[in-house]
Amino acid sequence: MADSKKYPAPATNPETAPFWEAAKAGKFMIKRCTACGEAHYFPRSICPFCFSDKTVWEESSGEATVYSYSLMRKSPTGPYAIAYVTLKEGPSLQTNIVDCDLEKIKIGQKVKLVWKPTDGAPLPFFTAA
Amino acid sequence: MTIKGKAYIAGIYEHPTRHAPDKSTAQLHAEVAKGAIEDAGLTKADIDGYFCAGDAPGGAWPMVDYLGLKVRHVDSTETGGCSYLIHLGHAAEAIAAGKCSIALVTLAGKPRTGPMPARAAGAEADFEAAYGATTHNAYGMCAMRHMHDYGTTSEQLAWIKVAASHHAQYNPHAMLKEVVTVEDVINSPMISDPLHRLDCCVVTDGGGAMIVTTPEIAKSLKKPLVRLIGHGEAMKGPRGGKDLDLTYSAGVWSGPRAFEEAGVTPKDIKYASIYDSFTITVLMQLEDLGFCKKGEGGKFVADGNLISGVGKLPFNTDGGGLCSNHPVNRGGMTKILEAVRQLRGEAHPKVQVQNCDLAIAHGTGGLLGVRHAASTCILERV
Repeated sequence: MADSKKYPAPATNPETAPFWEAAKAGKFMIKRCTACGEAHYFPRSICPFCFSDKTVWEESSGEATVYSYSLMRKSPTGPYAIAYVTLKEGPSLQTNIVDCDLEKIKIGQKVKLVWKPTDGAPLPFFTAA
Repeated sequence: MTIKGKAYIAGIYEHPTRHAPDKSTAQLHAEVAKGAIEDAGLTKADIDGYFCAGDAPGGAWPMVDYLGLKVRHVDSTETGGCSYLIHLGHAAEAIAAGKCSIALVTLAGKPRTGPMPARAAGAEADFEAAYGATTHNAYGMCAMRHMHDYGTTSEQLAWIKVAASHHAQYNPHAMLKEVVTVEDVINSPMISDPLHRLDCCVVTDGGGAMIVTTPEIAKSLKKPLVRLIGHGEAMKGPRGGKDLDLTYSAGVWSGPRAFEEAGVTPKDIKYASIYDSFTITVLMQLEDLGFCKKGEGGKFVADGNLISGVGKLPFNTDGGGLCSNHPVNRGGMTKILEAVRQLRGEAHPKVQVQNCDLAIAHGTGGLLGVRHAASTCILERV
């Protein structure tokens, strides 16, 4: 069901273009601040924690655990699972859990990155690991 | 400097409509403005400050022109459903600083008649928009994690709707007047796990308005005196994804600021207007404001504890957003209006809290599970 869904192409901008270029090559990038050491997502040029501009791109393992989720049952394109997942590298992010039994999603469950195509760069989603 | 006691709510009006396909949005703003001005015993020419949020067509300057106002202070702070709670605090600041003396705040719109215009996108859009966050599933994620961390149950959440419905039966304008049971709530269709249809608020057209003024002007008018003695505002978001915790809201910051300014504690509160977009919204905010410990909200709301005349903390005695009215998908204004009715002694006799001299009106705006604002107002009858 989720596979039939058409996802919008990211608009991108000068700050985030490297993320989407890497996505086209199958790499899921986060940002890390070399001043305070904290990783963050979605990527900013200036660290949202210490406000240093010494942030660098870092490839994420794409391994994560489900922090929370909700299965939306009222949708013209069929039920879908919104979730926050926490990456092995630290940051949590909003996503959808796809390509697995959505009724069996559990908080704490291990998930892994999958890409879904758009008319532009692909978008990151997560599925049961 | 403090706003404590510097501003009074002298006029209130809630539009009786819940469905207004025959009216324009600007017209509804004008109707609620007229209602509040007349309730205060003032005229339009007395207004010298205007406050509105994202629901006002075109923003402040088209509205000021449409309404025919001549103002020396405007504020169009937009924080979703809690905008009007923030406006009340900002109006008090402006009045205390002498920037205006009689402020009008309006809210109106028609989401029941047709879809609302999309919100402008933030910097996160490319990284979130595709995932379909709605109010239902964003609040669903909060409820899911709260249940996981604290053992909160659907039955406990249902008690919040049950209490609201007990109050709504006495409100002739309430959209849902039928008293419901815990079983009714948990047997209603699942919308976005773990929230059922009856865990959700109503979608209504309509609006509301208030007049905020100086102590001197309020005392020269005929209405019972209600003043703001404490105000707080705060914002919360995923903040780069560090230490994500969906089990608390920005109310943990706005609440203590308001209570400290007012010099009172949650134990002193006789009546609580708590934003109720969903049952989980109420439960989390009661915890965040300190009415009970974090994680104990489920126990606190159960067994009718929020029902006026039955429980320890009467809440949303107009039926709230869960049963009566949630104009423009923004519940902050109606939270203030019912608190003022309670403090004036103008609530329905079946739900009027005896000797109600101290009330809280609190709300959030945006999506609790994503990015949101919170604002807390402590109100006192003088």
